[in-house]
Amino acid sequence: MPQPLFYLFVAVMLGFGAAVVLLRNPVSSALSLVVSFAGLAALYVSLNAYFAGVLQVLVYAGAVMVLFLFIIMLMDIREEQRRKINKVAVVGGAALVVGFVVQLGGVLAGYEAGRKPLDRVPLQLAEAAEARRAVGNVSPGITADLERGTLPDTKLVGEALFTRYHLQLQMVGVLLLVATVGVIVISRREDRVVSGSGE
Amino acid sequence: MVTLNDYLIASGLLFGTGLAGVVLRRNIIVIFMCLEMMLSAANLSLVAFSRFRPTGGLPDYDGQMLVFFIITVAAAEVAVGLAIIVALFRTKRTVHVEDITSLSG
Repeated sequence: MPQPLFYLFVAVMLGFGAAVVLLRNPVSSALSLVVSFAGLAALYVSLNAYFAGVLQVLVYAGAVMVLFLFIIMLMDIREEQRRKINKVAVVGGAALVVGFVVQLGGVLAGYEAGRKPLDRVPLQLAEAAEARRAVGNVSPGITADLERGTLPDTKLVGEALFTRYHLQLQMVGVLLLVATVGVIVISRREDRVVSGSGE
Repeated sequence: MVTLNDYLIASGLLFGTGLAGVVLRRNIIVIFMCLEMMLSAANLSLVAFSRFRPTGGLPDYDGQMLVFFIITVAAAEVAVGLAIIVALFRTKRTVHVEDITSLSG
């Protein structure tokens, strides 16, 4: 990815991320977060993680943020009124964040392996295809894509997910089922439960 | 060219923004959004590490698997968390964290 595009998307991501914190209206915060996540998805694409980028847009910018907006609409929340600000909390919070960023900068300044630019770690698709042929060529579609010189990102994610990570995938499925049941139990109205048990 | 450190600094700044929101904001829904921002910042550094450490000529897909699972768990967390916030709003009629003091002794 050319450097100007990288800085453009980082600026979009961080600028709208700061807007989430600074804007007082929760609806503006939610919409800023959607744009921030779109910039983040562009950074994923710049790192050849096409599937993760699409997932970020579909799940976060799509489903999760629509859920947030739906809840904000349901509660009919007005703009936050200005209250007396707790100075100790503000100063402490800002110091925590600045301390974290300074520490991160200090660590990364001494991190030699991180100085490698992206074009110094190229993807070697032909070698990867050869290696796959050498171990029996289990998914010919992926090998054919690699030999054509394209990175079949989604197919590789699917292959890893359904071979090496199939147990974890089933566990996440159970987790989502439990979360769905839990949401229904939590959001059921209390008074109906009481009248039901009274019969 | 863009280096790994550039991506890690961008990820760290996004995490710092989210942390500032969690600490400074008083609206529980905005705090929850900032938590999502911090999770996404962690995802960005995972994707960056996965791309900058190729194994066998391809990105290290173990890192992207972790990103997949984090996104899934975060989606479940949002659903449960928002249900709890709705239940809280129903009983207390507020989303302001300073008005929720049942546990302060």
